[in-house]
Amino acid sequence: MIETLILGFILLLIGLYAMLSQKNIIKIILGFSIADTGVHIIIVSLGYLKGRRAPILDSAVDIANSVKEVVDPIPSALVLTAIVIGLATTALMLVFAAELHKRKASFSIDDYKELKW
Amino acid sequence: MINKLLIIIGIIGMLLILLPILVNFQSPTNLSALAEEYVRGSVNDLKSPNVVTSVVVTYRGLDTLGEVTVLFLATLGVGFLLENKKNKSTQRTVSENIRTTSSFLVSLIMVLGIYIFTHGHLSPGGGFQGGVVIASGFLLLILSDLDFKISHAILRFVESISGLVYVLIGLIGLVLTIGFLNPAILPLGKYGDLFSAGAIPLIYSLIGLKVGSELTNIIATMGSDRSSESVVKEER
Amino acid sequence: MNSLIIIGLGVIMIAAAIFTIYQKSIVSAIISAGVISLLASVIYLILGSPDVAMTEASIGSALTTVVFLYALNRMRKEKKDDK
Repeated sequence: MIETLILGFILLLIGLYAMLSQKNIIKIILGFSIADTGVHIIIVSLGYLKGRRAPILDSAVDIANSVKEVVDPIPSALVLTAIVIGLATTALMLVFAAELHKRKASFSIDDYKELKW
Repeated sequence: MINKLLIIIGIIGMLLILLPILVNFQSPTNLSALAEEYVRGSVNDLKSPNVVTSVVVTYRGLDTLGEVTVLFLATLGVGFLLENKKNKSTQRTVSENIRTTSSFLVSLIMVLGIYIFTHGHLSPGGGFQGGVVIASGFLLLILSDLDFKISHAILRFVESISGLVYVLIGLIGLVLTIGFLNPAILPLGKYGDLFSAGAIPLIYSLIGLKVGSELTNIIATMGSDRSSESVVKEER
Repeated sequence: MNSLIIIGLGVIMIAAAIFTIYQKSIVSAIISAGVISLLASVIYLILGSPDVAMTEASIGSALTTVVFLYALNRMRKEKKDDK
């Protein structure tokens, strides 16, 4: 569906902008989380077929003709695992941010200049 | 100034990458050949009504194994980086509402989680969703009961045993039916029954236990020694 | 009809995303990022993938928000200890 595709693109761009422009560490990780949601919406909307139902073949679906009645199951399966991994990587990033914060007690990314070149 | 310019260049570059997808987009009218094969195979070969479950557990089972491994590594990183100080007595009080409600809600949430991952092949849901629901049940328990401490040894035991059995089921499939993680090692049963679709409910339950214990571990590690020490300091 | 619902949800989601960037209070920013995930799960339901909708509703809006708030709590506590 084209509307959700555009929505996913806009969310991805907003998340990217937040990651690049914000100085606060937590805001940067929030931007990553928004961009993540945008990418998931893009992938799911690429698998949507107009007027079809969810890929669960219970008694409501004509099983012999099921190929013509359901949406694409592969993007759903990929996004399912991607969301769970997204949570784990976000938690890992937040732990790194907490470790950084322990050094200098500052949220701003400008205060950490050891690796700047 | 140069920063802002670089940000704008980055955004425009991303826009240029995405634009061809948008311009060339046309709504597909038919499933791709691979997806058709998966939908047919889910009904005829695996007898599992939920096609997404059969893709996650069987057709892309190796991907799911790798994904669970990534989750395990992230949990390991969280536990490794946050060294846990010993919990001192917490002075935080819990409101009466949360304590009363959670005492009977937690058991319902746990039952819902187990229902979701055992019925993963029949209805929407499965191991990942069920595991997350169980983890949120434990979260409610942590929030409501100050004396409640999750034993990390039990969590690690459940997590490693379910991961081990998951790999063993895959290897048994490799020996018996020449297919890693092939669910046909158990009888397929009748279409639409709870005990059907071979080993799919078993594998998804193991994934549910593994995901649930890992996420509970992340939450318990990040939430531990919360605000306890500052309270102790104020008292002195 | 469906596209109307999606446009409405999309406007709210984009507004919440911009609110997340420009909000001064970090707690409000975290909550509004959770709202984005919650509305995204409705969109997945319209797009015909209830499995993804369940995952997003439970992980994206509940657990991610909790993990963010726990991490923020840790950082603030350290700040208080230093003073």
